[in-house]
This record gives sequence, C-alpha cells and structure tokens, in this order.
Amino acid sequence: MTSAMTSAMAGAVPVLEVEELAVTFTRRGEASTRAVDGVSFAVAPGETIGLVGESGCGKSVTSLAVMGLLPRRGVEVSGSVRLDGEELLGASDRTLRKLRGADMAMVFQDPLSSLNPTVTIGTQVTEVLYEHRHMAKKDAVAEATDLLDRVGIPDPARRLGEYPHQLSGGMRQRALIAMALACSPRLLIADEPTTALDVTIQAQILELLRELVLGSGTALVMITHDLGVVAGLCDRVHVMYAGKIIETADRHDLFARPRQPYTGGLLASVPRLDAGRGTPLTPIRGSARDAIPWAEGCAFAPRCDNAEDDCLTEVSGSTVPLEYDGPGRELRCRHPLQYPPAAAGATASGVPR
Amino acid sequence: MLRFIVRRLLQLIPILLGLSILLFAWLRALPGGPAVAALGERATPAKIAEYNRVFGLDEPLWTQYLRFLGRALRLDFGTSQTTGRAVTDEFFTRFPGTVELTVFAMVFAIGIGIPLGYLAARKHGSWIDSTSVIGSLLGVTIPVFFLAYLFRLLFAVQLGWLPGSGRQDVRMEATHVTNFYVLDGLLTREWDAAWDALQHLILPGIALGTIPLAIIVRITRASVLDVVNEDYVRTAQAKGLANDTVRRRHILRNALLPVSTTIGLQTGLLLSGAVLTETVFAFGGVGSTLREAISTRDYALLQGFILILAVVYVLVNLLVDVSYGLLDPRVRVK
Ligand SMILES: Nc1ncnc2c1ncn2[C@@H]1O[C@H](COP(=O)(O)OP(=O)(O)OP(=O)(O)O)[C@@H](O)[C@H]1O
Ligand code: SF4
Ligand SMILES: [Mg+2]
Repeated sequence: MTSAMTSAMAGAVPVLEVEELAVTFTRRGEASTRAVDGVSFAVAPGETIGLVGESGCGKSVTSLAVMGLLPRRGVEVSGSVRLDGEELLGASDRTLRKLRGADMAMVFQDPLSSLNPTVTIGTQVTEVLYEHRHMAKKDAVAEATDLLDRVGIPDPARRLGEYPHQLSGGMRQRALIAMALACSPRLLIADEPTTALDVTIQAQILELLRELVLGSGTALVMITHDLGVVAGLCDRVHVMYAGKIIETADRHDLFARPRQPYTGGLLASVPRLDAGRGTPLTPIRGSARDAIPWAEGCAFAPRCDNAEDDCLTEVSGSTVPLEYDGPGRELRCRHPLQYPPAAAGATASGVPR
Repeated sequence: MLRFIVRRLLQLIPILLGLSILLFAWLRALPGGPAVAALGERATPAKIAEYNRVFGLDEPLWTQYLRFLGRALRLDFGTSQTTGRAVTDEFFTRFPGTVELTVFAMVFAIGIGIPLGYLAARKHGSWIDSTSVIGSLLGVTIPVFFLAYLFRLLFAVQLGWLPGSGRQDVRMEATHVTNFYVLDGLLTREWDAAWDALQHLILPGIALGTIPLAIIVRITRASVLDVVNEDYVRTAQAKGLANDTVRRRHILRNALLPVSTTIGLQTGLLLSGAVLTETVFAFGGVGSTLREAISTRDYALLQGFILILAVVYVLVNLLVDVSYGLLDPRVRVK
C-alpha cells in the first residue's frame, strides 16, 4: 500500500520491505503499549534510509522487530517484514539465525556494552565467520585481520588479541561494524551508532559507514534522533512519532520544505551552519510523553502549533492518515506547513477529508 | 600477575603476625597460664614452677613470643597433650580428610547449583524458578548440624544405605600413602577401599554442601538474569550465533564471574574445618579434631591448628583472586 515510496528508486527491487509493522508490549498487570503502530518502509540495495524521531518513538523496537530480536514473551508483532522477498515474521528460529549476521546485520548504540567484556575482539569477529562462512581457523583469523583493517583499526593483528576495554570508544564501534560486515550483509541496521561517541569520532564513523555502503550495495537503515546524521548520510528519511511514520521525504526535500509541524520543529531545534549567527534555536514545546493515542487524534496535537479541532478523531471522524504528498513524499497531517512558491503542490493534502 | 601474587603474599605477613600474637596472648591469658593448661588444675605450685622453668615460661614475654614464632615458622607447634604426637603430624593426618570432604561437598554444590541456577533464570517465573528460589532460601536457613544429624539418622541408622561415621570402614585393611583415603585406594589399586572411602563422604559431603549449593543457585540465577539482558548478549544474537555459543561464551562466561568468587570463599570456609558436620559423622578430619581438642583442653593442638588453618584460608582466598584475574580480563590488566 505504501510501496509508492519505493518508486524513488525506480526499478530496484528492495532488499527490505516492512509493511504495516505493529509491535505491542503486553505485561501482566499493566496496560499494553503499542510501541510501533503500522510502520511501512522499504530499502533498496545501496540505499540509505533514516528513521528519525525523539526518544521513545519506536525506532529501536522497529529495528529489533526486523531482526527478530524482540523477546518472545509479552510481545505481539504483526504486519510483514520481508528480506529479499522472504517473510521474516513468524519464520523459525533457525531460519532467522541463518539470516542474522549473514544477510542482515546490526550495529548498536553503545559500543562498550555491546561487546562482550571477557572475550577477545578476535574471537568476537571470528565467531561470525565460523558460524556463517564455516571458515577454517587460519582463514578466519586472516579475514578478521583484514576486516579490522578495512574499518580503519590500526595494527589489526594485535587488536585481535585485545579485550574491548583496551580499545577506545571509536575503535570499539569500528570493531562492531567489522563484525556486522563480516559476511557482507544485504541489509545493515545501525541504531544510533554514533550517539555514545565524541563529535569528531562521530563524523569518522559516519564517513566509514557511508564508504562501506557505497562500495558494496548494502542497504542501510540508519536510526537516529540526530538530523545532522540524516543530512550527511541518508537518501530518504522517515520521521516517526509515537510509533507511526508521520512524514517521508527525500533528504533535500525534507530539509528544504518540512511539511509536518513536528519535522519543522525538529529542524528548527538543531543548529544549522547555513542559518547564520544569532538565529535562535526553537525547541518543540512539551515532550514525547505528552502524546495522545493515535485513535483519539494526531498524537502530536498537544504540542502542535497548527493543531485545530479536526486533528482530533472525535471531530473529523477518522484518524489522521498517511497520504501522498507530492513525488516521493508522504505526510500524516491535516494542517501542514505551507511554502508560498510550492503552494500549488501542497493542495493535495492539508485539506481534511 | 606475578607482582600481584607477590604483593598479596606480602600482605599475608601482617595478618599472620597479628594472629600469632593473638593466639600467643590467648594461651598466656588462661588462668594459671600454659603450665596449668598442660598439667591440669590440680598441679602443685612446685610442679608449675618446674614446668615454667623447663619451657622458659619465666622469661620475658617477648623472648617467649619470638621463640614461639621461630618454632611456628618451622611448623613446630609442640605436641598434642592427648595423643602425644607432634601437632604438625596430627594436622597432616587429619587435614586430607577435610580436603576430601570439602572437594566432595563443593563438587556436589557446583555440579547441581550452576545448572539449576541457570535453568531457574532461563525459566524465570516458572515452577522450576520458584522451587529453586524457595529451596535455596531453605538451604541457607536450615542449620547444618540439624541436617547432618537428620541425614545420619535416616540414611545411615534407619535405612542403612550409607555409612554414617568415620572415613573408612575400620575392617578395611587399606594402605594409606597420602592420607587422602579415596586417592590412596586409587593409587594402590585397592578399589574397594577407594569405594568405601567415597561412600563415607556422601552423607557428610551432602550435608556440608547444602549451604554452598543454596548460595551458588541463588547467585547463578541472579547473575544469569542480569547477563541475559546485557547488550552484548543481544549483539551475539544479532550475529546469528548458535544458541549453544551464545549460552556458553556470552551468557555463562560472564554470569559465572561472581559465582566463581562465591565458590572460592565457600571452599575456604569448608577447608577451615566443618566442626559440626564432622563431629556428627565422627569423621576424623580437622573439624572433629578441633572439637575434641576443645573438650580435652588440648591448647597446643588448638593453637597450631588454628594458625595453619588461617594460612590455608588466606591462601585459598589468594587463589580465588588470582583465578578471578584470569577469568576477567578487566581485572587482569590493572
Ligand atoms: N521491553 C519493553 N517492554 C515494554 N515497553 C517497551 C519495551 N521496549 C521498548 N518499549 C517501549 O517502546 C517504546 C519505543 O521504544 P524504542 O526503544 O523503540 O524507542 P527509541 O525510538 O529507540 O528511543 P531512543 O532514542 O531512546 O533509543 C518506548 O515508549 C518504550 O516504552
Ligand atoms: S495533524 Fe494537526 S496536530 Fe497533528 S501535526 Fe498536523 S496540524 Fe499538528
Ligand atoms: Mg533506541
């Protein structure tokens, strides 16, 4: 249904297709939370998409659902996740284990806690090679050295014998990337891979990811709350709020003409080099905790400056839908931001139906 | 690593010095001093004076202490008043029994405790989990003495399944090379002797192993529950590793770090003499010997045993720290 957005990569068969993904956490004695609520997107080979949004909007849960890494108890997942056309939701543990690490890989946020402290870097790299590529020890060690070298770790042969705590933060994240790339996956999901790192290291890691993706045709899903990361890396961006995608656009379009008031707020709250000195930063008022359930209306309404009565389901009679908003764009908003020169293109939406 | 060990060994010195002063002072502080202790309360003043002169007890205290220390360094703690044998000899006949008992108890506790603790954590909230939690609570609260007594009464006296006293059947004409009876049986190929000695370990061993078992179950469970939620376990799963690799390399290896410390401490405790259990089973190890020495006021033996056991205890702890360093690379580097 939302596969219209893949038309941006005309002709390319997507590596990953996510359709109407919904994840609900149900804990005994607690109200269930719908962390992801009907999310659809696709990634083509060599393409980088961004999943952007404030903390708690469901980015990590989405990625864990794709990888099949959510706990089995107390979680309900529905919808469809296809990797190269193969359905992953409901696939057996064995099938998923074969795909994970080999065809789809993941890089996590905190490189120190994501590495096993009592196992050498070497073992943590080679174990993937043994598992999926059935390499002999000698070949695996040579390959691991090569991998560390490719992600820019100096003196890789020595590093293989070291433990995570002996490496610097940036080096650890490089090692994790090396592990993720060990089997040249078709899909790489990076969940805030730079958040825990110094600013200068952040740029290096992003550059590394960009090179690796460009060179290999890997599909990259970049999860971040940092629009700076999006600007430098992503082809297309999906902005999430309270478990739903609320705006999808090409990177340039998004930065030039954000339509969703939330996206507009996100952009206004990050420092921009082109904005000139003294331009005040305006953070979005309130916090993500203020969201109302989508069933009652636009979840962003309590914080939105454009909000009107018809943003609530009670008044309009329907929940706010995600709709076509010009070529390569989708939008979930009843009163989007307007841009005078492009006003003609905007008539397609913004009018309540 | 070597420097770490040497430093720890050097730290041993003040501890042992302090303990030796304490033990030395204790013997002097007894009513009538060591002479009365040795000769009995009805000794005549003349005999006491004679004793004091012979053993140099009329000399200044520090001279006496230095002599005591000098002997102790040569492992000479005098003779036991009850057996007339050198205290050190006495120790080395008794200690192997305690070691065997400790090994048996710990193998029992570890062999059951770690798998059970792991299972309880993985089946968090199931009946296995709640049973093992309640069981481990009971395990630490039931007095060992009571348990030992119960075991002996039930399985030895009533049912007659297992021997309930001693280290080996007295009718067994076993050769003893090392005083580790099970080992002796194996070395001399007297299989029936080894088997008999092993059977004698079962009841006291299980009674003694209950508390360590309960503690190991609890710590393993808590530790595994912690570790399964660690990011690196998720990383391991994201790599698509086999369940077995995730379990052993990424969960157990880390979860067992705190467990290994517990195992070491418990071993140290058991080695320094399970007085009550050994007494119930008349086991003849260090523990029951200490108990007898207290009732017969065999002060020389008590003094010697306590000092040697203190050294053993500290050494076991050192071993624990060293092995922890080997297991956890983060400690090793420091
Ligand atoms: N195991 C869980 N049990 C219950 N609720 C959960 C669980 N994991 C996540 N959630 C809920 O799902 C929602 C989305 O969480 P998620 O981790 O995906 O956010 P995020 O967008 O990745 O945020 P961040 O930027 O902080 O990483 C949160 O509101 C959280 O409360
Ligand atoms: S739908 Fe209404 S409340 Fe939601 S973002 Fe648009 S204008 Fe704001
Ligand atoms: Mg997250």
